[in-house]
Amino acid sequence: MSIFDGLKFRKVSSPIHNIDPRIKFIYVIIIFISAILFHQILPLAILFLMQLPFVFIAKVQKQWLRSLRGAAFIAGFIFVINIVTRLFYNGWPTTTLATLEMVEPALGMTMRFIVLVESFSVFFLTTSPDYLGLALEQSRAPYEFAFAFTTAVRFVPVLAEEAQTIMDAQKARGLELDKGNVLKRIRNYIPILIPLIVSAIRRSLELAEAMESRAWGAVKKRTNLYLLKLHKGDYALIGIIVLVLLVTIYVRLFVFESIPLLSTFF
Amino acid sequence: MITVENVHYSYANNVEALKGISLTINDGDFIAIMGQNGAGKTTFIKHFNGLLKPSSGFVRVNGVETTKTSVATLARNVGFVFQNPDNQLFSESVEDEIAFALKNFGFDKETITKRVTWALEFLSLTQYRKTSPFLLSGGERKRVALASVLAWDPETLVLDEPTIGQDYEQKEKLRHFILQLRTKKKTVVMVTHDVEFVAECNPRVILMCNGQIVADGIAKDILTNSKLLEESSIVLPQIAQIFTKLSILGLPSDIIDIDEAENTILTKAKERRLK
Repeated sequence: MSIFDGLKFRKVSSPIHNIDPRIKFIYVIIIFISAILFHQILPLAILFLMQLPFVFIAKVQKQWLRSLRGAAFIAGFIFVINIVTRLFYNGWPTTTLATLEMVEPALGMTMRFIVLVESFSVFFLTTSPDYLGLALEQSRAPYEFAFAFTTAVRFVPVLAEEAQTIMDAQKARGLELDKGNVLKRIRNYIPILIPLIVSAIRRSLELAEAMESRAWGAVKKRTNLYLLKLHKGDYALIGIIVLVLLVTIYVRLFVFESIPLLSTFF
Repeated sequence: MITVENVHYSYANNVEALKGISLTINDGDFIAIMGQNGAGKTTFIKHFNGLLKPSSGFVRVNGVETTKTSVATLARNVGFVFQNPDNQLFSESVEDEIAFALKNFGFDKETITKRVTWALEFLSLTQYRKTSPFLLSGGERKRVALASVLAWDPETLVLDEPTIGQDYEQKEKLRHFILQLRTKKKTVVMVTHDVEFVAECNPRVILMCNGQIVADGIAKDILTNSKLLEESSIVLPQIAQIFTKLSILGLPSDIIDIDEAENTILTKAKERRLK
């Protein structure tokens, strides 16, 4: 469950932690869009490297690495699926060039996924759920929606812990998760997933009852104790966002075709 | 036999949950592990079937070190019933739920049917054979979880908080059932906060505090030691409380068993009458 660890917020003070969550979210979205606009390795590598300063300034390297390690399995899966489908359509490559042409797009897809995980990981690692809810509310999202969102985020670590206990309980009954072929392995997870889903539903019903018994939603118009205001760091990030956006649009429109590929070097 | 030698265990967040524990559990022992929340009880028992491996030190089950074998192999000998049955129930029927572990251990079909029928009978669940475990009450779900472990007849049974959510009658059944296991020479280890239940069962008691064993002895000695219990946030069993208060009458204070209490009082009363 290390992938969840990589998304768990820990209270630390850093310039990145103090940035307005709304701005940070826009930044993540911009990275997201840029990653989807390109399939070549070079721009994706640049997008990947661009996040590193944020990781180091926020001092979350350890947790960030853990989230990447957690994502490694899915990344590997994406890579293999891409290779397999290309093998299926084009047949076994005979030249180095053909091999490169097969591997490169697969690598690009994998990189794209890693960039997405990386940026979301930085976002969730440095933004407290409370702050996030506040940001949603002050962006005029309905309170119910904001509340549901923060609750969902807050329950991720709880569910991760529960998943661990369930795994232990089934292992204690002789379940071996990494035994058998691919299909068998997927089926091995059924005894983990069913109790997890059942308990999540049960938990949500209990939470709803507990909230209603404490008069949730009694007041139509809510006010907030804390208000979000933009500071220096926020404006700096807005600058970076605009820059990334401009560069992305320019490269995509005018130099997209001439972005060097690995195969062009051969 | 389970031998634990100077075991330390730290969680990933560097919290040291066990700080040097040594213990020998002999075949046929009946042990209750007690202690306040966060004392490390559950962490400790998870070492018995290899769910957790010691950060340093050794845990050996029948001479085999837990770090050198798989949980599935150890589980064959050490059955572990979790506190919350909802952490394991997933099958469409109670029958399938109980058969799950048996299938994992590779029993043949005939044996599985036999063992499932036996386990259902033993925990009076036969009427729910085809029922979905999710439709049962809390106490019944707990019994299904227990049955699903008992079914493969492990040498050692580890129970985490077996009495939670059980009414008195079910607790009595549980107690009888544990006694029955003892006559079959099974080892039983339970973690519990239920001091009355421990007093009635009269096992060997191990008291844990802050990741260490602070006391290990017969129930009668430990459950009447108010100073020791207070340090672990445990109150004396009610009978012991009464006898502590009655010690001014010259009654012994180390009594936790109802029958023993009755006998002591009757003898004392007779003595008075004779005078």
